[in-house]
Amino acid sequence: MSALLEIQDLQTHFQSDMGTVKAVDGVSYDVEAGETLAVVGESGCGKSVTALSVMRLIPNPPGRIVGGQVLYKGRDLLTLSNDEMRKVRGQEIGMIFQEPMTSLNPVLSIGKQLMEPLTEEMGMTKQQARERAIELLASVEIPDPARRLNQYPHHFSGGMRQRVMIAMALSCDPSVLIADEPTTALDVTVQAQILELMKQLTKQRGVALVIITHNLGVVARYADRVNVMYAGRVVERSSARAVYGDPRHPYTLGLMRSVPRLDHPITEDLEQIDGQPPNLAALGQGCAFQERCRFAIDKCAEERPELIEALPDHYSACFVATELGTTPTNQSQASTS
Amino acid sequence: MTSSSSEVTTNANGQENLLEVRDLQMHFPVTSGLVFQKTVGLVKAVDGVSFSIAKGETLGLVGESGCGKTTLGHCVLRFNKPTAGQIHYKGEDLTKASGRRLRELRKDIQMIFQDPYSSLNPRMTAGQIIGEPLTIHGLAKGRTDERIAEILTLVGLSPEMASRYPHEFSGGQRQRIGIGRALAVDPSFIVCDEAVSALDVSIQAQIINLLKDLQRKLELTYLFIAHDLAVVRHVADRIAVMYLGHIVELAPRDPIYDEPLHPYTKALLAAVPVPDPEVEMKREHVIIKGEVPSPLNPPSGCVFHPRCPIADEKCTQTIPELREVRPGHWAACLKV
Repeated sequence: MSALLEIQDLQTHFQSDMGTVKAVDGVSYDVEAGETLAVVGESGCGKSVTALSVMRLIPNPPGRIVGGQVLYKGRDLLTLSNDEMRKVRGQEIGMIFQEPMTSLNPVLSIGKQLMEPLTEEMGMTKQQARERAIELLASVEIPDPARRLNQYPHHFSGGMRQRVMIAMALSCDPSVLIADEPTTALDVTVQAQILELMKQLTKQRGVALVIITHNLGVVARYADRVNVMYAGRVVERSSARAVYGDPRHPYTLGLMRSVPRLDHPITEDLEQIDGQPPNLAALGQGCAFQERCRFAIDKCAEERPELIEALPDHYSACFVATELGTTPTNQSQASTS
Repeated sequence: MTSSSSEVTTNANGQENLLEVRDLQMHFPVTSGLVFQKTVGLVKAVDGVSFSIAKGETLGLVGESGCGKTTLGHCVLRFNKPTAGQIHYKGEDLTKASGRRLRELRKDIQMIFQDPYSSLNPRMTAGQIIGEPLTIHGLAKGRTDERIAEILTLVGLSPEMASRYPHEFSGGQRQRIGIGRALAVDPSFIVCDEAVSALDVSIQAQIINLLKDLQRKLELTYLFIAHDLAVVRHVADRIAVMYLGHIVELAPRDPIYDEPLHPYTKALLAAVPVPDPEVEMKREHVIIKGEVPSPLNPPSGCVFHPRCPIADEKCTQTIPELREVRPGHWAACLKV
């Protein structure tokens, strides 16, 4: 199995008043053809910055990719010229953002926005591009596509706009689709529609789908493999089943237990992860999670654990990863921070 | 506090109702024209809603964006003057209360906002933010600092943090300050409008636990407005589901989740993914079509009928009443 997209030891830093913020601090993960990969984590964990780095869309200044490689079909995207990179975006790797309203140009018709890459990049004639655009809108289940082509973004509801974004991202037949919190701004019934559509379209076309999200439910329903990120690093990686069924990082374990679930009996109090996320401009030498970790040992404060294979095909960046499996499921009633 | 009339009602269990809302309507005119404005339409954000909340109870109010849940909350706080209907708080009709009386009442009714970033004044310290309502209502005179320290401790922060500014706090800590500001004047009733929605999962659990803990300690009553059904299940005793300005289902917590009656409630519950791949594999994924229609031009009959999997001809014409299908379990659907 060779990976389609392989991120190796990526480091993206931002300069701020408080010093250098290591938003992405040595992230490695790979995406295989046709799979659905989830990158899950909370705000500021670096999941979006990693994706933007892959697309080379980090605003510089203040941000800069300071190290690592992004191999796409064996080619390092970080070494490409701007012109070459332009071809990669859209034709090789498509991207969908959280806010469909801000990612569409409000003064151009949907048709114009859909047809532009087709004529500019794919070399289609106007007539061909128009036909293809209608096909694309139909494929994302927008009713009456020929008429809607002439309408503007404000004529579309939130869910319909996100459908347009999906059509656009798939218009130049990319092999990878990166979706950054694609449904966070949408209502729950619409969220389900959009995710089903994305899953179905990527399956049909054999496109690898990378879903970046904070929603553990979305990951459970749609992902084959999962990367859990914390403070700029991947802290756990395995199949979705293994990560949910047998988490091997205390942070993942904490997340799973703190999220209220509809299918579990109600407990008086939710289990919580104490403390606050760390300041990325002032990370110590130890594990970034150790202050909030109830399994921390002395070593955790001194040395940062590497992501290693704790179980077959199950990676964790924790010194006590192998012992976590024996943890009783309801072991603590933690106090408020 | 004195009541101008004694219209305190009780619920089915004989508990005293703290709040009783009757047939509340909040309509916003849509105008056209720059100089000579004329009304060209009405947005019926809240359209005939009735419910009550007993003392010490938490009523969860759920629904998708635009269903009117926030407007309803604003009416209870009297940020908006309702178009019609009554809001009885401790027996007093808030819709008839004067400006001065409302200011007095806001000592008793407080609000916690969604966004811990925009709801705190960045130029005020945490202490000033919590102290401001005390000054406004003339409370804790001469011992303001003491009271601020007390409140900070109550919400899980330390008294030394009083001199810090909002940007020095994390999102979860800011929400604790927002909660502290609401609690400073010792209210009995709090409207929580998406109070944990903007927070990360690990912090969300902390704040949910804090709100429940405070309720026990201070005997608070909550109107808990949220879109996250799993969160609401954890905090609410009873739940009202709203859709396009109407309550479509109202029942105690367990019946809502275990035996939902209204097709919309069923659809909402089915749409929430469970954070467990094993469960998700076995689960049937029924997804309702369409999106919430514009409240400017709501569908005829039952407002849910265009998206409803079981709607028939009759649903397009008849507006279903919210009726008690089983004891304590209300639903507005012709088919149940």
